[in-house]
Amino acid sequence: MNRLRWLLHDSWVEAERHLRIIPRNVELLIFASIQPIMFLAIFVYVFGGSIVIPGFDNYDQFLMPGIFAQTLVFGSAFTGIGLADDLQKGLVDRLRSLPMSRSAVIVGRTISDLVRNLFTFVVMIVVALAIGFRFTGGAVDAITATALLVLFSYALSWVQAVIGLSVSSVEAANSAGFIWMFPLTFVSSAFVDPSNMPGWLRPVADANPFTLVTNSARALYNGNPVGNDAWWALAWSVGIIVVFSTMAARRFSRSTAG
Amino acid sequence: MPGHTLTVNSPLAVEMNGIVKTFGDTRALDGVDLAVPRGAVYGLLGPNGAGKTTSVRVLTTLLRPDAGTARIDGIDVVADPHAVRQRIGLTGQYAAVEERLTARENLGFVGRLFHLPRARVAARADELLERFDLTDAADRVVKGFSGGMRRRLDIAMSLIAEPSVLFLDEPTTGLDPRSRLGMWDVIEELAADGTTVLLTTQYLEEADRLAEQIVVIDHGRVIAEGSPDELKQRIGGARLSVRIARPENQERAMSTLTPLCAGEVVSDDARTGFSAPIIAGDGVVPGVIRALDDAGVDVLDVEVRRPSLDDVFLVLTGRTTDAEEDAS
Ligand SMILES: Nc1ncnc2c1ncn2[C@@H]1O[C@H](COP(=O)(O)OP(=O)(O)OP(=O)(O)O)[C@@H](O)[C@H]1O
Ligand SMILES: [Mg+2]
Repeated sequence: MNRLRWLLHDSWVEAERHLRIIPRNVELLIFASIQPIMFLAIFVYVFGGSIVIPGFDNYDQFLMPGIFAQTLVFGSAFTGIGLADDLQKGLVDRLRSLPMSRSAVIVGRTISDLVRNLFTFVVMIVVALAIGFRFTGGAVDAITATALLVLFSYALSWVQAVIGLSVSSVEAANSAGFIWMFPLTFVSSAFVDPSNMPGWLRPVADANPFTLVTNSARALYNGNPVGNDAWWALAWSVGIIVVFSTMAARRFSRSTAG
Repeated sequence: MPGHTLTVNSPLAVEMNGIVKTFGDTRALDGVDLAVPRGAVYGLLGPNGAGKTTSVRVLTTLLRPDAGTARIDGIDVVADPHAVRQRIGLTGQYAAVEERLTARENLGFVGRLFHLPRARVAARADELLERFDLTDAADRVVKGFSGGMRRRLDIAMSLIAEPSVLFLDEPTTGLDPRSRLGMWDVIEELAADGTTVLLTTQYLEEADRLAEQIVVIDHGRVIAEGSPDELKQRIGGARLSVRIARPENQERAMSTLTPLCAGEVVSDDARTGFSAPIIAGDGVVPGVIRALDDAGVDVLDVEVRRPSLDDVFLVLTGRTTDAEEDAS
């Protein structure tokens, strides 16, 4: 019990360290908002007219949940980059010499990235609504859908944490953090219907947890039946958190600032 | 906070017994013994790669030793790292400050991670900002700070919870001479307040000025230990050099100097310069001048040269320290 209170306290102090700077960093705020807006605009206006998805009269209603999902997932990369930065600057050494909860450094980081991601999400939803997106499934479903997306992004933050703690520089954390997210998000149902993909790729897209997460969110936002996808999406997120938080904790106690 | 408030009676603040740490093929520490009494200032002196940082990292619970035991205030660093962390302050080799926050916020987050009450953190932060001459810069983001300011903040952060043992890994490397002098004053003040300080340095001058006891390490081993004076004496005592105005006074000068010196007085070819070993002590120089004056010899210059720690290092390791400085 005491340990848990500690973990929460220390994680919050760490999260606050990262959150404090957000309102000060106007550039970061601007770019954090521009990126999802740009993605929405490009996909909706560039591809929107040329893509027809069976079962969806309106490609925008199909596409936008996919963009929400991708943007949130990309946001997870900040976790690895931030940790690599703290390591490189020797801050992690300082923190490891303090009588604080060991896990709090990473928990605090993932929490602050979650908050940052929520901010991006809100900006994106506002823009999506402005260009015609509608939550046809009702408020509860929309909130459930959002929670599934945010949880998955949070789970990937832990993957990024392991990456950030494994590489030796911020630059490496940056490339290693982003590179796999392109296949993860594009070889999926986020932008197109996987049944139009080549035969060898289709099973990959279907098995991709990102497909499951996107499909559940899309169904919920549009008021369609979700089936078991939502449970699978939840299971994936929880599983990723369990596995990667264990790995991250192990890496953290071993990592040094070189 | 867990109940680690055990009172420890160990007279030693820092203890290392036979510490070994290897990285692959490198034996960074090869059986290091160290004993720092409470309240003392010890200098860990050694060239690049000697094992200074590795020693500090073992003592501050950042690295687990392969063999040997290390204790802080009698508490084993491996068995109870948490209790150790409550007693130490660490200022690493590179300033570990959060650049995006202000100086005050930096002190704040570290204080809160020590689980001090908020009011205490705020009061302590003000005190440290004042003491480290950072009051004017307190609410500025650290990114714009000079190297010296960062280093001062770095040390202030490690003092927020009033540690009983402070580790300073090369506290003045990279500072300009003025900031270095300022840092020395700060360290001397801390020592005067009774904080045990273990500092590492590559600068002999620094160890000489700050440390009452110097431990010289090289290739992961302690190769010498003693007070600065003891180490200097180990390579021979002080020498007296005298210069006089007129060569014809050579004989008279030598016979005057001989009873004052501890060994043979040698004269140079110009017959105006003399050198001899002496027992260094107060009053040697005035005594020599007076005696020569009484004997009617015109003195130009009298100097007592004590061996420097550079000489000591050269004798102990067969290398000068300067030759190492461009490494790293
Ligand atoms: N994490 C590590 N991995 C591999 N080798 C290491 C590591 N840390 C230290 N070493 C090696 O151990 C030896 C001692 O290093 P250490 O950093 O303790 O030296 P130092 O006395 O602090 O030197 P400097 O004056 O350059 O800071 C060196 O040979 C170094 O290369
Ligand atoms: Mg070092």
